[in-house]
Amino acid sequence: MLRYSRSKIIATMAIIVIGLLLAVPSMMSREQREAFRSSLPSWVPSWVIPSRAIVLGLDLQGGSHVLLEVDVPDLLRTQTTQLRDDIRRVLRETRVAPQGGIQLTQRGAQIRVPDAADRERILPKLRELSQPIGNAVIGQSGNRDILVDTTPDGLITLTYTEAGVNEKVRRAVDQAIEVLRRRVDALGTTEPNIQRQGVDRILVQVPGLQDPQRLKEILGRTAKLEFRLLGQQGAADVDMLPSKDAGGQRVPVERQVIVEGGDLVDAQPAFDSRTNEPIVNFRFNIRGAQRFGQATTENIGRPLAIVLDNEVISAPTIQSAITGGAGQISGRFSVQQANDLAVLLRAGALPAKLTIVEERTVGPGLGQDSIQAGKMATYVATIFVVIFMFATYGIFGLIANIALLVHVGLIFGLMSVLEATLTLPGIAGIVLTIGTAVDSNVLIYERIREEVRSGRSIVSGVQAGFERAFATIVDSNSTMAIAALILFFLGSGPVRGFAVVFLLGILTTVITAVTLTRMMIALWYKWMRPKVLPF
Amino acid sequence: MRLIRLWPENSHFDFMRLRRFSFPLSAIISILAVIMLSTVGLNFGIDFKGGTLMELQSKTGQVDVGAVRQTAEGFGFGEVEVQEFGNAGGVSLRFPIQSGGEAAQSAVVQKARDTFGSQFDFQRVETVGPRVSNELVQSGTIGIVLSVLAVLLYLWFRFERELAIASIIGTMHDIVLTVGFFVITRHEFNMTSIAAILTIVGYSLNETVVVFDRTRELMRRYKTMPTEELLNLSINHTMSRTIMTAVTTALSLLALVLFGGRAIEGFAQVMLYGVVICTYSAICISSPMLIYIGLRSSEAAKVPEGKVAAAE
Repeated sequence: MLRYSRSKIIATMAIIVIGLLLAVPSMMSREQREAFRSSLPSWVPSWVIPSRAIVLGLDLQGGSHVLLEVDVPDLLRTQTTQLRDDIRRVLRETRVAPQGGIQLTQRGAQIRVPDAADRERILPKLRELSQPIGNAVIGQSGNRDILVDTTPDGLITLTYTEAGVNEKVRRAVDQAIEVLRRRVDALGTTEPNIQRQGVDRILVQVPGLQDPQRLKEILGRTAKLEFRLLGQQGAADVDMLPSKDAGGQRVPVERQVIVEGGDLVDAQPAFDSRTNEPIVNFRFNIRGAQRFGQATTENIGRPLAIVLDNEVISAPTIQSAITGGAGQISGRFSVQQANDLAVLLRAGALPAKLTIVEERTVGPGLGQDSIQAGKMATYVATIFVVIFMFATYGIFGLIANIALLVHVGLIFGLMSVLEATLTLPGIAGIVLTIGTAVDSNVLIYERIREEVRSGRSIVSGVQAGFERAFATIVDSNSTMAIAALILFFLGSGPVRGFAVVFLLGILTTVITAVTLTRMMIALWYKWMRPKVLPF
Repeated sequence: MRLIRLWPENSHFDFMRLRRFSFPLSAIISILAVIMLSTVGLNFGIDFKGGTLMELQSKTGQVDVGAVRQTAEGFGFGEVEVQEFGNAGGVSLRFPIQSGGEAAQSAVVQKARDTFGSQFDFQRVETVGPRVSNELVQSGTIGIVLSVLAVLLYLWFRFERELAIASIIGTMHDIVLTVGFFVITRHEFNMTSIAAILTIVGYSLNETVVVFDRTRELMRRYKTMPTEELLNLSINHTMSRTIMTAVTTALSLLALVLFGGRAIEGFAQVMLYGVVICTYSAICISSPMLIYIGLRSSEAAKVPEGKVAAAE
């Protein structure tokens, strides 16, 4: 076994060198990487140059991690309100008047139609409101989103099914992700990550943000804009909404919505030319412009309420008909508020209210400190272990140390190729594997020592040592791998970063401690021809 | 050059005698740990308890912790834990979870930013709502339970019944004592702590496996040797390696404790303690346990031939 063919040595070295080269991009900054690539002559194909690099976790880079959850009851309220409008339309079309109007329930609506003939007329129309659930890829599942049920005494109930609710939530999350992406992009940060998590959650990760509070404000706002006329207090069709103008006092606003934010095509922050106050200029699409024009023509002299997320932000009096399809919103904004409102209006409203269920923000300074501390700990741990191994095993310790350095290099190489995320616990994982990686060497060396002591020659002792220790090495590494695997599947974010490093460390330790060490010992024996074991 | 030897060659130390001290000692400490866990309890971090954690850094490098505490308590967000850290005006605030569901939590951060924003930099802000913290408790518990099950499964395949029972006792011992360490030191118990415990489970198992591998090997070589002598021989044979690995691991963890920074210090301390406990339990708990369980009572002695050949 102490004989290695030249080709085998070259193959092993090649694998190790490639592994180490893969780590190089991670040692460079993005600019250095790009500068290096552009400095190469053009005949070098780009795939030859390793370009993948380790991603720094938010805890090292600084940034915000925000987990949002769709407010399902709120979404259902919107859905049932819409259902009511649909039912109202069906009733109008069929000229059926239900007893006691339309009652909204938590997950649907109900009407009472005592007349059997009326019921027969209306039921098929109501059933049409129910949509099949499914998608183009997997086909129709056979479920429908609304269950229509009748009792003999004439009560008709329409209820969203479990699958129906889930479908609505899923679609709301899809839409919300789009809206959030537009909003976050407007902040101008680099590489935000926005993704669905579970059924009803959205994970937003934004690295290197200076003002995380602003991010939260931008993410959390529903941004539902409505233009409605102010009504008479005590009238039937009004909502009492808090007014920003009146210092939070509630004012009556007509339920009838003239135009919605969905009809906006553009919104830009600006300054009022007379008062120099920050405002938001907007333009409607054709439909919005028509409706707005008609409403303003008919209601000159009446105050028009601009309602954002159920708050009246201002209620200017209509001076003249506005038919050009453009207008402005004023509301005692600061410059930033006007800016943000424009961003929100351009990005569109969220389909449902989102609640922040988890937030983790790390300032850029702290991240930098953590990197520095992690580097320091890694160097010191390496020095400690290297000195100790050399002092204990001499030349064999030196061999183990070379294997150790290659091991750490290979972890970085593998992490770069996988574009894995390095987190603070991940750094701890690297430091920990520095301690445990030499365990395999120790197992082998101690075994060699025993074998030689029991009368074997060096060659046969080394051979037996490697062979007998191998089973134990596999064992001891698989026990560690069990723990790391569980951690990988359960943990999220930083903790998962630890598990990744640990798993990769176990993988590379088998390569370096067994293959590389063995080869180096073989070469050493070939050159030195020692008579006694050097430790 | 003279090389270091941490353990003499050809040692014949009677490790099994240590059980007279180690068994009662571990029993008492384990019971104490369980009692303290149920009375004093763990110092749960916001991962599991929910709430808001903030780390502020004074812009002037000076901080009056008393004043910060007084101001923070005046917010009316419940009991605030205020602690100084580092040496240049760092202060951490921990607010309990607010009643009123998920949305109520962000008011805390808003208020703190408004109040302290002018004098402090906000280095870290973490808010965990009630739902997420419940889920984290769940996955933490599942993690521990799953790891014990996985270890059981592994041992069932890997070892004879007696050895498996002895090493699972050792692993449980290490988990209990680690939890006890968290209770006594008041280290914050969070998701990273779960990572530490799982790593300790891995290390504990590793230590036992190395000794028991040798036990099994020797068992086949010396078919008539009494259990106690056999176990002593196994430990004496592997002691050199056990100490070496414990020292290298401890050295790297020491580097983490000393230089790794505040955020990782707790994890490293627990791991360092874990290495000591795992080494101790492999030698003084799991191995002598076999004297009582009985080493050669069942199939341990009659391993199929093929397996023997593979091991040698």
